[in-house]
Amino acid sequence: MIFELQDLVVNYGVIRALKGISLQIDEGEIVTLIGANGAGKSTTLRTISGLIKPKSGKIVFDGADITHQNAAKRVAAGISQAPEGRRVFAELTVTENLEMGAFLRKNKAEVRADMEEVFGRFPILAERRKQPAGTLSGGEQQMLAIGRALMAKPRMMLLDEPSLGLAPIVVKEIFAIIREINAAGTTIFLVEQNARMALKIANRGYVLETGTITLTGTGDELAAADEVQRSYLGH
Amino acid sequence: MERFLQQIVNGVSLGSIYALIALGYTMVYGIIKLINFAHGDVLMIGAFVSFAVTTFTRLGFIPALLISMVTCMCLGVIIERVAYKPLRNSSRIAVLITAIGVSLLLEYTLMYFVGAQTRSFRQGVLPATIYNIGGVRISVQQIIIILLSLVLMMLLQFIVRKTKQGKAMRAVSFDKEAAQLMGINVDRTISFTFLLGSALAGAAGVMVGIYYNSIDPLMGMMPGLKAFVAAVFGGIGNIPGAMVGGLSIGVIETLVAGYGASLYRDAAVFAILILVLILKPSGLMGKGGGSKV
Ligand SMILES: Nc1ncnc2c1ncn2[C@@H]1O[C@H](COP(=O)(O)OP(=O)(O)O)[C@@H](O)[C@H]1O
Ligand SMILES: [Mg+2]
Repeated sequence: MIFELQDLVVNYGVIRALKGISLQIDEGEIVTLIGANGAGKSTTLRTISGLIKPKSGKIVFDGADITHQNAAKRVAAGISQAPEGRRVFAELTVTENLEMGAFLRKNKAEVRADMEEVFGRFPILAERRKQPAGTLSGGEQQMLAIGRALMAKPRMMLLDEPSLGLAPIVVKEIFAIIREINAAGTTIFLVEQNARMALKIANRGYVLETGTITLTGTGDELAAADEVQRSYLGH
Repeated sequence: MERFLQQIVNGVSLGSIYALIALGYTMVYGIIKLINFAHGDVLMIGAFVSFAVTTFTRLGFIPALLISMVTCMCLGVIIERVAYKPLRNSSRIAVLITAIGVSLLLEYTLMYFVGAQTRSFRQGVLPATIYNIGGVRISVQQIIIILLSLVLMMLLQFIVRKTKQGKAMRAVSFDKEAAQLMGINVDRTISFTFLLGSALAGAAGVMVGIYYNSIDPLMGMMPGLKAFVAAVFGGIGNIPGAMVGGLSIGVIETLVAGYGASLYRDAAVFAILILVLILKPSGLMGKGGGSKV
């Protein structure tokens, strides 16, 4: 097990967004967290990255309690995130965005090599390397957000709704890339509303409903479960 | 024509100073959305430091300038740490009022120690030579002001565009949370922004002191306000905008003064502010919408 949430509770003021969730992720897995809009998926990822402090509960990564570490320490420890809505730095060029992804890394030669690898994985980004990220299409920005998260050399990558607002063909491409990244050794924690696609590539999944995990199982088990079919797969 | 060119020369040297000050306003606004009202007073401290250095030691202009810049860097960073950082999650108006408080504190603390009277730099800190080029008079001081501003602005552009810290600064200005996800330390980046802006204010303070040959504890107010107008004119938060805005305001001000409306030179600058706020609140080089200041 590389990662674990233990009874995590998160509040926004008086609103309780996460009501004590627990989950585990093994090294090398793709695990997905699916749920409707407002269920608390982004809150979960933002808490894991250290943008929000939990009210109670524990976050464990690689055997260490990281609940009280700052965001930078978590990136250094090997957790990076491609956040919801991509959040690329629109005024920075594609290359500069990738450099920011490697902000904490000191070995320039390695960073340069990894950037070439990202460009190899996303040839369209290589073509646009000098362009401000704001001029990219939605799909290209998603690729940049993923590339930027890769530049941290993460052991576990958090992806928040990478399919959001993208055409089906682009979504397919993105999910194929997520698989490749996983095959190359990075553990993936994938948050999606697009349950169909997510469950197709995930080893295991959790279903989140208004701050509570209601169901868990392998990707196939969940895809076959009645509740999931009714609520998330539109059967 | 000569008269016009003369005003342009005067305007560009004054405008370069405004540009240096405006850069501090605009960078700080860009990163924490604060109009740092104490910025003009950091400038004033810079002027007093170089005054003290050139008066009480034998050091020349350049060392005095550097000492002023370093002092202001430290001052700017301390002000941010002590006065603004604790208010990071407070309303913008609370921080704004704090900034006004810091401004008054600096002005009147200094006044307590040195009095309100004006002082002049000693003769010979800079040569008083004036060149006459086809009827247009330009002093060594003006040349130094323009060249030095140019060098400092190019240096700033280099830092902001090419260095890792500079890129981090732009990233934090654009999206603090996304920047945190990169492992960028937001507080340190904000400190760095104050450091850069205050160093420029320190240099500008020395130049204001030389330009008017007079310094006093309230000297930062007017240039501060005008540079703020310049920053808004260029598009607050926009670095090239601050440079263009500073030069424009300087030239407009000297043109108004040079054509007999000397009494209205300050009024003209603030009329511009009002016009910009009405016609294009995002400023000359700002990007659409923009938030109200
Ligand atoms: N910054 C915030 N302040 C207050 N409430 C928030 C904030 N962000 C999210 N929420 C609330 O928390 C709940 C979970 O939100 P979120 O984690 O964004 O859900 P999801 O990503 O699953 O759509 C929602 O009810 C949402 O309205
Ligand atoms: Mg979400």
